[in-house]
Amino acid sequence: MQFFIDNFDILRDAFLQTLLLTVLSGVLALVLGVVLATMRVSPIPPLRGLATFYVETFRNTPLTVVFFFVIFGLPQIDTVVSFFTGAVIAVGMYTAAFVAEAVRSGINSVSPGQAEAARALGLGFGQSLREVVLPQAFRTVVPPLGSVFIAMAKNTSIAAGFSVSELSSTLPRLVNANAGDLLVVLLAVVIGYMIITVPMAYAVNRLERRVAILR
Amino acid sequence: MSAPVLFDLPGPKARARIRIGTAVGVLLVLALVAFVLVRLNGNGQLDPARWAILFDPNSGVPQALGEALVRTLQVAAVAMVAATVLGVLLAVGRLSDHRWVRIPVTTVIEFFRAIPLLVVIFALYFVLPAFGPDLSAFAALGLGLTLYNMAVLAEIFRAGILSVDKGQREAAFALGMRKSQVMTLVLLPQATRRMLPVLIAQIVVLLKDTSLGFIIGYFELLRQARSLVEFLNFNFGNIYTLQIYVGAGLVYILINVLISQVAKLVEKRTRSSAKAAGATAPALPTAPINTGNNSGL
Repeated sequence: MQFFIDNFDILRDAFLQTLLLTVLSGVLALVLGVVLATMRVSPIPPLRGLATFYVETFRNTPLTVVFFFVIFGLPQIDTVVSFFTGAVIAVGMYTAAFVAEAVRSGINSVSPGQAEAARALGLGFGQSLREVVLPQAFRTVVPPLGSVFIAMAKNTSIAAGFSVSELSSTLPRLVNANAGDLLVVLLAVVIGYMIITVPMAYAVNRLERRVAILR
Repeated sequence: MSAPVLFDLPGPKARARIRIGTAVGVLLVLALVAFVLVRLNGNGQLDPARWAILFDPNSGVPQALGEALVRTLQVAAVAMVAATVLGVLLAVGRLSDHRWVRIPVTTVIEFFRAIPLLVVIFALYFVLPAFGPDLSAFAALGLGLTLYNMAVLAEIFRAGILSVDKGQREAAFALGMRKSQVMTLVLLPQATRRMLPVLIAQIVVLLKDTSLGFIIGYFELLRQARSLVEFLNFNFGNIYTLQIYVGAGLVYILINVLISQVAKLVEKRTRSSAKAAGATAPALPTAPINTGNNSGL
């Protein structure tokens, strides 16, 4: 217990860093992912190609390598970012590829009749996607998208390797100073992640039941 | 639904619009590429001499990256085999009729699915030595990957076993098979076959996760790349950084794209052979609470 009182500041700050990292990269991933998914079903070939290339590249690259390119690569094109911003960009861009795949599979799961009806009513590509297909796609996509974001929350831990003082990074730091309380340190970190992931999983479940459509 | 449903077959006007869109799209992509290339060139990064180091045996770079790749594949192979074996056992355990087996197994699976892999590895590498066993970086990374992936694979196998038609199980029991025989002779072989594409896709995830060895100092591909860069920077100044990282990154992408393609191929084959047998695969049941990583992330 004494350990918690002594290190409450470190743990709280680290937890808030992880939370902030999760929220910011989540927003980036969602926006970029939806744009990429839209590009992949668009009538313009170069956009389709670009989105496919993006998704295939990022899905097959380790997140650690993405971090490398953001932290050490961006300075080579004269763009220097802080470690935290770099972490948001890396996690966000990496997760966007998975979001795009999930949303695309959702778009594919909407029955063709819906899109055909939208077309028959005279809606354009943008309109039929925005008004008819995407709202339905998002419903089927809630569970896979949920697991993408939960995995992303856990993936933010990799930022520990790149000088971001988030939750995992407290582990090696506190272990040296608190040899007697090792399991407590570990427990504190694990609980920190659970505070983020368990409510997320619960929210996804609730949301899934609320928006579910019977087919 | 494929793309063409979202837009009509283009008429002359639409074709013109698409042509304009294509031109603008191409221009945008080219502008982005040009911007990056100009910046890189401004920093002298496109100098062929700088890239030659990746292929020049005299520099020792290709050998070092090759050896590191072998170490990456070693730890991935050990972890994949161990995780598959343990994953099958856990999946069977979670489906057990006995509560005293089912509950602890479920707890283990959900625990390792819920916490980040890096925390598992940190725990093995930094915390465990205080209680006795001093793990090498290889052992900590391998064991961490095994523990995490066995939980993920257990869920994959469980979904596979549950997706086998109920009649198979009933028929096996009707033939007088024991529970263990039903599982090993009837359910598991069909489940494995059905889940093979997902299993292969999981290799990609595992291979990507070996790069976490970088953080605890296991000399896999990425760590080797980093130390090569540090060594070269020390001797020649900061001129080979980007080249080495791009080289290492491309190796990952090449191998993973290859494995992903194999997974797609296997999926296509299993699907067509299932069709040939006149069977339709039922939808896989989803896990009750999803704190895990089922998306290859």
